[in-house]
Parts: sequence; structure tokens; C-alpha cells
Amino acid sequence: MKKWHELVPGAVILEGGSAVRFKTGSWRAFKPLWIKENCIQCLFCWMYCPDMSVTVQDGKMTGFDYDYCKGCGICALECPGKKGNKAIIMEEEGK
Amino acid sequence: MQKVVAVTGNEAVANALRQANPDVCAAYPITPATDMMQRFASFVSNGEVDTELILVESEHSSMSACIGASAAGGRVITATSSQGLALMWEMLHIASGDNLPIIMPVVNRALSAPLNIHGDHSDAMGARDTGWIQLWSEDAQEAYDNTIQAFRIGEHLALRLPVMINLDGFIISHSIERMEYLEDKAVEDFIGEFKVVNALLDLDKPKSYGPLILPDLYIEYKRLQHEIMSRVKGVVLDVAEDFEKLSGRKYGLFESYRLEDAEVGLVIMSSAAGTAKDVVDSLRVKGIKAGLLKPRLFRPFPYGEMAASLQNLKAVAVMDRADSFGGYGPVFMEVSSALYGSSKRPALINKIYGLGGRDFLPAHAEETFLELVDIAKGGGIKTIKEYIGVRQ
Amino acid sequence: MSTELKLKELSKKEDLFTHGHRMCAGCGAPIIVKMVLLAAEHPVIAANATGCLEVSSCISEYTAWKIPWIHTAFENAAATISGVETMYRAYKKKGKMDKDVKFIAFGGDGGTYDIGFQSLSGAMERGHDMLYICYDNGAYMNTGIQRSSATPRGADTTTCPAGSVIPGKPQRRKDLTRIMAAHNIPYAAQAAPSHWLDLMKKVRKALSAGGPTFMNIISPCNRGWRSKTDDAIALSRLAVETCYWPLYEVENGETRLTFKPKTKKPLIEFLKPQGRFKHLFAPENEQRLKQLEADIDAEWQRLLKESAG
Repeated sequence: MKKWHELVPGAVILEGGSAVRFKTGSWRAFKPLWIKENCIQCLFCWMYCPDMSVTVQDGKMTGFDYDYCKGCGICALECPGKKGNKAIIMEEEGK
Repeated sequence: MQKVVAVTGNEAVANALRQANPDVCAAYPITPATDMMQRFASFVSNGEVDTELILVESEHSSMSACIGASAAGGRVITATSSQGLALMWEMLHIASGDNLPIIMPVVNRALSAPLNIHGDHSDAMGARDTGWIQLWSEDAQEAYDNTIQAFRIGEHLALRLPVMINLDGFIISHSIERMEYLEDKAVEDFIGEFKVVNALLDLDKPKSYGPLILPDLYIEYKRLQHEIMSRVKGVVLDVAEDFEKLSGRKYGLFESYRLEDAEVGLVIMSSAAGTAKDVVDSLRVKGIKAGLLKPRLFRPFPYGEMAASLQNLKAVAVMDRADSFGGYGPVFMEVSSALYGSSKRPALINKIYGLGGRDFLPAHAEETFLELVDIAKGGGIKTIKEYIGVRQ
Repeated sequence: MSTELKLKELSKKEDLFTHGHRMCAGCGAPIIVKMVLLAAEHPVIAANATGCLEVSSCISEYTAWKIPWIHTAFENAAATISGVETMYRAYKKKGKMDKDVKFIAFGGDGGTYDIGFQSLSGAMERGHDMLYICYDNGAYMNTGIQRSSATPRGADTTTCPAGSVIPGKPQRRKDLTRIMAAHNIPYAAQAAPSHWLDLMKKVRKALSAGGPTFMNIISPCNRGWRSKTDDAIALSRLAVETCYWPLYEVENGETRLTFKPKTKKPLIEFLKPQGRFKHLFAPENEQRLKQLEADIDAEWQRLLKESAG
């Protein structure tokens, strides 16, 4: 922990987005799993994720960032899937 | 070159603010500060300053907008009195906690209830623990000079602290006095350009102001705040030295008046100090070794310096134009704390005077001095805290 | 530099609100913030009222904000951002700023409908070029689910608990969006995160209106609503489809529905999944449920009239 004379006067945080160093993945009780073959790349999971934990590259969903995913399950619930088969399902952690 | 004028305290301070040419001013009317902000608004309307004015809907928003503007990165001012300052209270702590050099004249006025619009020090004394630097002024000239110096002090890079410049409501704010204005260019050069630090408007380096700080760090931040406050005295003296070169007027942490060889003395702030100085002079003619100490920098409080100046007196009355019900007056508490560490110290009494604009008369000062003379002769202290000028 | 409002294109933009924030799992607020910042086409500086979003997004040395951000207190996000915006105008006037910047204040319903109402009204009247966004979760969630003036009638909160004598909040909710529109600001709107495109279009309209604008966005809170962690978007959608939370905008005085359900779903579909309304389904509380339904219906009928032109 920092000593008082090492602090920034006014408690100003000088590094934008420094929260990336705070990982919230350990909060998770359930884990989203991506079933690629059922994915239609609608990106709803990405848009509705409260934790910016759906990874997307070149406009395509590629998986989850488990360092931050809190396992809320919004992505799984909102996933339209393909022909009634979900592309995201929730699984209990430690299973 | 200085220009001799006859103006009110409000007009004088408004002119100091004009000369500082702030970037943003937030204002909300309150007697007796209203007229200062009206005058400043006319400078804005007539293009005499570059300032953007925010005419807020309350003093709480006034200080909130000042904090936003100051964090954005520029010179910011407002002014208030009494209830207005009380409504700002929450935000005063945030201005100082965020390390933002907001400059605010406070035209001192009593607090409700009962409602009273006249001068006393209850408002700013109530705000003494908010982390603001406090300068106090005896007359319009001092209010003007303190305002100009406040920009240099508050905006100093070692400090970046908000500053209150106090002047007595009506007695100073609305009385016309002879005083001297510095030239605009001289003030501009003296204050200098605002030095931008940690600006929100610096888009390339995004900052966050106002985090939640948990018990593991909060006290460290407060310790740091104390450290910054401890640098103020030095800056105030440096700025006063430069100001003397510019104006010929001398300022310190406080003013000592015929104190060197005094046996009895008053500690008295603001306009009433002027009245008391006349009484000191007349008592000296009568052979009474009277003196006076007029605090200027009340926060941070110059404990050591004040103790050194008072320790050799026999009896001192600390005059408070504010009260702490169930306690001693706020100035008394500081002066007695200052003297506690001295091996020699005078007998100390506390007088509450002038609340709600009640006149402080020479007779009040004289009466107090005579009581001190009696105490100095070994007559003993009858009551430590007493009200003067109250109908019994 | 304008990004098309298509998910594929938007997903290529940088998240200006990052992971590592500490909002509860499944909270609606970070979804809203993400959408708002993705919609913005200019650099944004934000202010935040004290509340869940604020305490969870900026703690100790961790900030989730990659934009300049300021929190000062609870009741004054509008006044605070108006100060920032005014300094920006001072910079512009002096030629010290070449970029066009947008200013957004975020507040919960407590910080907006209640304690921050005066500061908000003042800032709107003064005409600052700013967007105020209320993320409305219908109670003081940060302090532990106390009722606010946004809490709907009948809801169970910790300060209007559903008891045997008083079955939840006795009063109806305040219609803040209409109150803000009555300031005659260029743009006021209601939005929901389930309808992301509608929300983002509204943000763009608000930010280009060139004056003070207001958006009220429903923000499901599974802790306070006593629902599931995965249903923020589903409940947001039900709020819209039951007309509990109509999507509309008031642009230069003209009211327009931006979404009209083909068939209005019964309100109970929105209420049933939420523990805060559970007691309303007991036979003895039928009256309170009917009152709530009547409130919501009256608001909807009035909105239909107003938007019919």
C-alpha cells in the first residue's frame, strides 16, 4: 500500500481505465460457455454484457474474457442461438 | 502607480477579481455579497473580463460548478455570505479535498436563526475546518490586497488550495473608504497566468476526479492534505513580500500593533481591530501598556508565531465575533491552544462581541482593556467567557 | 468519424468504460453507460452523481473510465458538469481548445428525481450544452433499496416495506421525463437498454441538439427488484412492452413514440418476475395492484394523446 507522501494530491486518478487491473472473474458462480456451431454472430451477447467480457475480433464473437466475466448470464438468456439451440449456456463453476 | 479611490469593500474586491480575469465565475445572490457579484457581472457584460459567468440556482450549485470548472482546468471564482456559505458546506470540503484553487471572497454575516443579514464571523468560522485557506481583512484596502494575493497563494503549485477572503458584512462591504488600486497590468503580472494541473479538458490524458477511497487509504489522503496546508504559511509570507514590493503595503500572518512591550492585549480580527487600535493609542497616552494582535491567516493557524508574540504579555482578551455555544469562541480556542505549549503565557479571557452586526464601540475595547489591567495586577479572572455590549 | 449504428461496426470501437468495474453481476447501469459512450461521436467528459455507478466505477486507484470523469457529490452532477462545460467554453473563447467535446452527467433516480432535482432543473434552464442521463432503477439501490420518488406505487423497498397495514409504497411515481420536457429543452427522451438501437439513436440526437438535453433510461437492478441476475435485458424489454416504460422522445416540444407495442402486454408480466411486487399478488392487496395498473395505464393513455399530435 502507498504511503501518504506517495499519493496524488486531490486523489486524482491519472490513468484512465486503470480498473482493468482489477479482475472480477472470481465473483463468478456460473460460467458462460460458447457453442460456436450454434452462433449466428448477432453480437447481442457483446452488446448486452455489463462487464465488457465478450471478446470480439473484426466484428465476430470469439469467446469470453473470464478474467472479468461475473457470470450474470445475460448473454445466455439473450442468445437467440440457431434453430432453438443456444450458442451460450451457463455452467456451474467447478464442475 | 496606484490610483486613490473612494469605494466600498464590495466594489474594491470586485475590482480585484476583475484584475485577476478569471476564466469562470459562478454566482448566486446573497446579502451582503450580492453587490460584489453584480459588479462583477457588469464587468462581464461590458467585456472588461474574459470570464464565463454561470448564474446558478443555489450556492450549493455555485460551489459545485466552481469545482467542475476548476477541475476542468482554469481560474475560478465565486463569492458568498452566511446562509450561502452554509449551503456550500458539503462542497467546501470537496473543493479542498480535490486540491482545487478556487478563490472566494466571503462577506461575513450572521447565521440564522433568528434571521439577521448583518456582519459577524459565524459563517466563515463555521467553515474553518473545511480545508480552505482563510485570510481576514480589516478594511476595504486589505480586502482588495488579500484578494489579489489569494490568487498567488491558492494557485501556487505547492498548494493548489481554495482560499476564502473574509471581509465584514456592511461595515466593510458597504462602507465607502479611501483606498488605493493597483494598475491592471501590475496585478496581471503579479498574479501571472493560471498554471493548469490535472485538467479534465486535457483529453489526451483522461483523469478521474472524486474516487471512492476506502479505510485503507483515506487517512493517508487526509495526512497529505495536512501536509499541503502546512506549506501555506511560507507561501503567504513569500507572496506578502512580493506584494509589498509592488504596493508598499506590508502583510504577514497577523498584524502586531504596539505589542512588543505590551502588558495587556487584545486579539481581534477584521474591522473591529481598527476601532481597538484607536483605543490602544489612547490607553498608551494614559500610560497603560496596551497592544493588539490582528489575525490575518486563520487557516492554517500560525500557532508558533502567535505564541511567540503573545507569551510575554500579562493578560490577553481574545475577541470573538462568532460563538460556539457550550464552548469558547473559535479564535479563543486557537489562541489558548497556541499558548499552551509556552512556558510563559498570559492570563487569557474570551469576549464575544458584535454578533448580528451589533456595533463594536471604543468603550467596549476600553472596558476590556481595563479588565485586563486588573487581571494583570493580580485581580484574577472572574469569568473566562463573557459577552460584551449585551443588555443585562 | 461517425460509426454506423450496427453491432458489427460498433464492436470495433474502443470500450471507453472498461471491465474491472465493480457493479453487481447483471446490473443494467454499465450496459447503459457502454451504449451511451459507444453512441457518442465526439470526445465525452462525464460527471457522475454519487451512487452505485460512481462508487463501483472509481475506487481507490482504479477507474473504469477511459474518458475524463468527475464525481463530486450526490445532488449536483448537473451543476458539476455545467462548471466543466463552462470552462470548456472559456477555453474555446480563448482559442485554447480545438476539439468539439460533449458533456454527459450520469445519475441514478435518487440523485436525479430527488436530491439532484434542483441542480438538474437549474442546469437545464441555464442552457448548458450537456446531456443528463438518469439510469432509473426505481429506488436508492446504493444505500440498500430505499424508496425514491421514482419507485412505482406498491413496490416493496426497505423504507416502504410491504407490511400487513401498508402494502408497499403508497404514492405513485414522479413523471420526471415530462417534467424535464416542460423545461422546453430541445430534447428529452425515455429509453431502455433492451432497445439498444433506439437508445443509441436518442443519445446521438441528444448530443447533437446543441443545448441541454435529458434522457431517462430504465436500469434493471436484480438486487433491488429481487429478480435474477440474467434478466436485466428481459425485464427492460417487458417494461417497454407492458408500457410500464414507454419509449418516446420530446423533440422541440413535439412528443413522439419511438416504439409502440403491437399488443400491449399485461403489466403483471413485468411485475411477476420481481420480488418487490410479490405481495401485490396476495388477495388482500388487490386494490394496490389495481392502483398501480391504473397509474401505468393513465400515463400511457396520456402519452398516446400527446404523441397523436
